[in-house]
Parts: sequence; structure tokens; C-alpha cells
Amino acid sequence: MNKVRSATRTTIAAHAVLITYTLIALFPVFVIVINSFKDRRAIFRDPLGLPNEETFSLIGYETVLKQGDFFLYFQNSMIVTVVSLTLILLFGAMAAFALAEYRFKGNRLMGLYLALGIMIPIRIGTVAILEMMVSTGLVNTLTALILVYTAQGLPLAVFILSEFMKGVSDDLKNAGRIDGLSEYKIFFRLVLPLVRPAMATVAVFNMIPIWNDLWFPLILAPAEEVKTLTLGSQVFIGQFVTDWNAVLSALSMAILPVMVLYVIFSRQLIRGITSGAVK
Amino acid sequence: MTALKLENVNKSFGSVHVLKDINLTVEDGEFTVFVGPSGCGKSTLLRVIAGLEDASSGTVTIGGDVVNAVPPAKRGIAMVFQSYALYPHLTVKGNMGLGLKQEGQPKAVIDERVSKAAKMLDLEKYIDRRPSELSGGQRQRVAIGRAIVREPKLFLFDEPLSNLDASLRMNTRIEIAELHRTLSASMIYVTHDQIEAMTLADKIVVLRDGRIEQVGSPMELYNNPANRFVAGFLGAPSMNFLERSVLGLPEGETIGIRPEHLALSDKGQIAGKVTHVERLGGDTNLLVTTDAGETLTVRVFGQDPTEVGAKVQLAFDPANAFYFNAAQERIFDKAA
Ligand SMILES: Nc1ncnc2c1ncn2[C@@H]1O[C@H](COP(=O)(O)OP(=O)(O)OP(=O)(O)O)[C@@H](O)[C@H]1O
Ligand SMILES: [Mg+2]
Repeated sequence: MNKVRSATRTTIAAHAVLITYTLIALFPVFVIVINSFKDRRAIFRDPLGLPNEETFSLIGYETVLKQGDFFLYFQNSMIVTVVSLTLILLFGAMAAFALAEYRFKGNRLMGLYLALGIMIPIRIGTVAILEMMVSTGLVNTLTALILVYTAQGLPLAVFILSEFMKGVSDDLKNAGRIDGLSEYKIFFRLVLPLVRPAMATVAVFNMIPIWNDLWFPLILAPAEEVKTLTLGSQVFIGQFVTDWNAVLSALSMAILPVMVLYVIFSRQLIRGITSGAVK
Repeated sequence: MTALKLENVNKSFGSVHVLKDINLTVEDGEFTVFVGPSGCGKSTLLRVIAGLEDASSGTVTIGGDVVNAVPPAKRGIAMVFQSYALYPHLTVKGNMGLGLKQEGQPKAVIDERVSKAAKMLDLEKYIDRRPSELSGGQRQRVAIGRAIVREPKLFLFDEPLSNLDASLRMNTRIEIAELHRTLSASMIYVTHDQIEAMTLADKIVVLRDGRIEQVGSPMELYNNPANRFVAGFLGAPSMNFLERSVLGLPEGETIGIRPEHLALSDKGQIAGKVTHVERLGGDTNLLVTTDAGETLTVRVFGQDPTEVGAKVQLAFDPANAFYFNAAQERIFDKAA
């Protein structure tokens, strides 16, 4: 009896902590979204108030959509994020599999070399990257951004995934070999599904910084037709006047696609955890 | 024809020499069991036979063909793993049929062989389930079924029963023995459970530290062990080895007496005190510390009233005793 009660108490305490944390984390998002539906005066007079009949206004969204290129920015961000994530996951998983599965000379050294990028921020190399992009003619293309983000994401992906792949049962891979599966099939059909939770983690970790990045789009792809959403939204932030309605609306809309991606990955995460594996 | 022939097989992982000069022949239809303590190289040897590891030197011949450079799938073998290793994304049917599908067999053949194996293993009800929806015993039967459908020249089992509980282990052991009789296939079976080895094997191969210690039928090894290691490894409870308690034993020599060959008597060769009693119903195991300070096990048939602390005399027939020299080799001409 006592035990049951104390268990309930711990549950309540845990939930209280989690709910508090969620509220704190969601508060800025909440403020952005409600203010995006208010007119300019209401934003400043009563920043925390909900929009009512008097203050409700879609002026921000209208400005953003009238800006015209907004959907293009959106599309650019989406392309860059999705393609980079795909490449990071694909190449990261392949390198991780090779490091975890095969014995070859220099395996350890290779792993260390690939992990080195975790400690060295890629922005240190910005000038060199820009020079390379200029001489290869990739400036002002989405390809430039995709390449940089892939390079930036790979080290951590290889590191995390190879640890997980070492945990996949050898017997399972060997059973596949005896049944005549090729190494590719073993990788794609047997190993990848079992490390899905780790893949989802890597995806979530990489997605947010790529989506939100301002640095590389500003330097490598500032042209109008390849602007990403984050860069595109900067037009509303001026040195002297900032169109807060437009900025808040743009930010609110920018949240949506990330949320969709997150829901997809987290579902994978849960499915991966609950699918009974080997034993 | 010989199902498997190993000649001078060696295997090293870097500087670790795991298999040392293994020579072995397995005849067609023979049930061969590899036994040995943990880490002696049983699994490694099996993996070399399967082609999952390359031998560092030596030749592996399966069904008359040298297979050193042949990939696992083309060696005509099938393997059952300790952890079952079922494909989690496939149904029972898919698991059993995958090997045949990869070989390019027509669907009719696959269906026929899978349903035959499922019937043999009593798995028909579960044919469309996934591994996660099966019990441990059922999973192990699926793993065995996956091996059967490929109709291999040689079956390889790596401790297939060690994840099952005691009663299920006995049932599955009997099933494997029956399977061997019905299929009359050649099988190699790795275990460190000496009961499995004794009950299943036509031929036992005892390994220690990557070397073959002795090869022979279970009764040959039991009645005629070549050295102290084999003598101590087979038989439960294991053989008693005494150096001081028996009079007249030369310095450095050891006498080995099986627990069932010792009897309580009024006037035996060994005197001691009972320190522990295990009553199993069918027989009773007494742990005795001799006056010379050595501990031995006595197996008395039936239920014995002896209590802990009792002083006892133990008698044995010298014809049933084994003698070992200082190098732990058997001294053959000593008996009687
Ligand atoms: N990939 C490897 N790299 C290095 N050493 C290895 C490797 N695989 C096995 N070994 C070593 O080879 C020896 C034999 O291992 P093996 O797995 O064959 O033992 P085993 O007899 O099957 O033991 P168990 O009964 O515990 O399964 C062990 O000492 C082990 O440490
Ligand atoms: Mg083993």
C-alpha cells in the first residue's frame, strides 16, 4: 500500500517537473505565435495578451506572403534540410557500418579521424570553404549549402551510429551471410532498421541547426533565388525599423515544417524502440 | 564420403593464436559434438567451418570440395545460433524461406519445403507471426526450421539450447536427436553442457585452448580418457582427483576416481568426514573431506541416511581408477 502511494507520488513529482519544463520551453514559441496574429500597436502595448476582436490582425502574414518569394525561401530551406539530412544519414550510417563491422588496418585511426570533426567547428574554415566554392562555381547554389551541412553533420553521425551498430547482434548478420544476403542487403535490411532510434536521434540533432542556420546561407548563397527562410526573414529586420508583424509571422510559419519533420522522426524513434529485435 | 575434413587448420586474431593445428574428420550422417570450457575456440572453429571467418592456414573440405575460398552461402551448410538470430522484420515463413529465395528457388519449392519443415517442428500455427510474437522455444524451432529448409550437407549448431529453461532444453534436445535420425544429416553441435554432449553425440571432440584434446564416442571418452582434462570434463558430478589421500601413490602422480565408483564401507582405502549432503531422491551426493585434507564427491545410489559430520570410510575398486602422471597424461599400464 505504502509502496503504491509513494510510486504515485514520484509519478506526480516527475510529471510536475516535466510539465514545468514544457511550459518554460514552449513559452517563447507561444508568445511569437499569439503576437503574430495581433496588430503592431497591440504587440507593444500588451505583448502577453491573446488577440481579441479589436487587436486581431493578419497584416503580418499578408506582408510576408505579398513579399512573394516567401514560398521560394521555404522551398529552399526544405530542400537544403531534407537533402542534407538524407546524405548525413546515408553516408554516416555506411561509414559507421564499415567501422563497426569490418576488421581492416587503420580501422581505429579512421574512426578517430572521422570523429575529429565533432571537436572542430566547421565555421573556422569558412574562408577556405568560400574560396573553394568560388573556384568550383558553387557560390549561390543550394548544392554549396548541402555539401557544407553534410560535412558538418557527418562526424557526430558516424560516431553515434557506429556505437549503436556495434551493438547489433553478430549472429543476425552472420545468419544473413549464411542465407546468401549481400553486405548491402545486410546493411539496409537487417542493420538499419535495428538502429532506427539512433538514426532518428541523429536526424533531430542535425535538423534544427541546419534549418535555423544564418551563417552559411548569408556567406555562400545570399542570392535572391537561393535564399533560405532564415535569411529571407532578415529583410523584415532593418537597422532602424523592424516590421515585427512580418517577422513574427514568418517565424511562426517557419516552425511548421520542422515540427512535421520532428513528428516523423520521433515516431520512428518510438517504433524502433518497441520492435522486438533479436532475442 | 566424408562430410567435413579439417587439415592443419589454424586461426589467429592478430597476435592471439585461437585455433592450433586442428585436424578432424566428420563422416556422413555423423552427429559430432564440440565440447570444451568457455573461450577454448569452439565457436571460432564453427565459424571457420561456416566461412564466417577465414582460416589463417590449413584446408577446410566440405562434402569433398575444398571450400576455403567459398562464401558461407555456397558451402552447403546451415547454421543455428545461440541467440536465434531471426530476422525481426520477416514472418516465420519469411525467415525460413529467405535462404532459398536468395538461392533463386521457385516459389513452389520454397512453399513446399517451408510447410514441410513447419509441420516437422510443430510451427504451422505460427507461420505468419513475427519473431517478436513467439516464445523462446518457438523462436529456436524457427531457427532450426530455417536450417532444415536449405537441405544442407552439414548442419552447424552453436549452443542452440543455452537460452532455454531446463525442461524446454530437454524437450528440444530430444527433438534435435529425432531430427538427426529422420534427416540422417551430418551435424556439428557446439556446447559446453556435457549432458548434451553425452546424450546427442556419435562423436565427441574435446577442445582446450584451441587444441583438440581427444576425439571419440561418448563411452570411449568416459571409459578411456586420454588425460586428466578429458577425464574431469566428462561425467557429472565430475571425477575426483586425489594426490595424498590414497596410500602407495608415487610422488607427482594423481589418481582419478569417478564419484559413482566410490562406496561407503566399514573398511575402505580412504577415511574422511562428510561436509555436505545433496539429496536428489534418486541418488545422494556426499561431499567428503579426507583426513589428508582433499575434498571428493561420492555418489550413492538411492537415498542414504548419512548426515553431515559423520566419519566415513570409502572403498573403491582399483580397476575402476585412472592414474595420471605429473604432466596430467594418463598412465595406462598402471591399473589393476
Ligand atoms: N574477433 C575476435 N578477435 C579477437 N579475439 C577473438 C575474436 N573472436 C574470438 N576471439 C578469442 O578467441 C577465443 C575463442 O573464442 P570462442 O568464441 O571461439 O570461444 P568459445 O569456445 O565459443 O567459448 P564460449 O563457450 O564462451 O562460447 C577467445 O579467447 C576469444 O577471446
Ligand atoms: Mg561460443
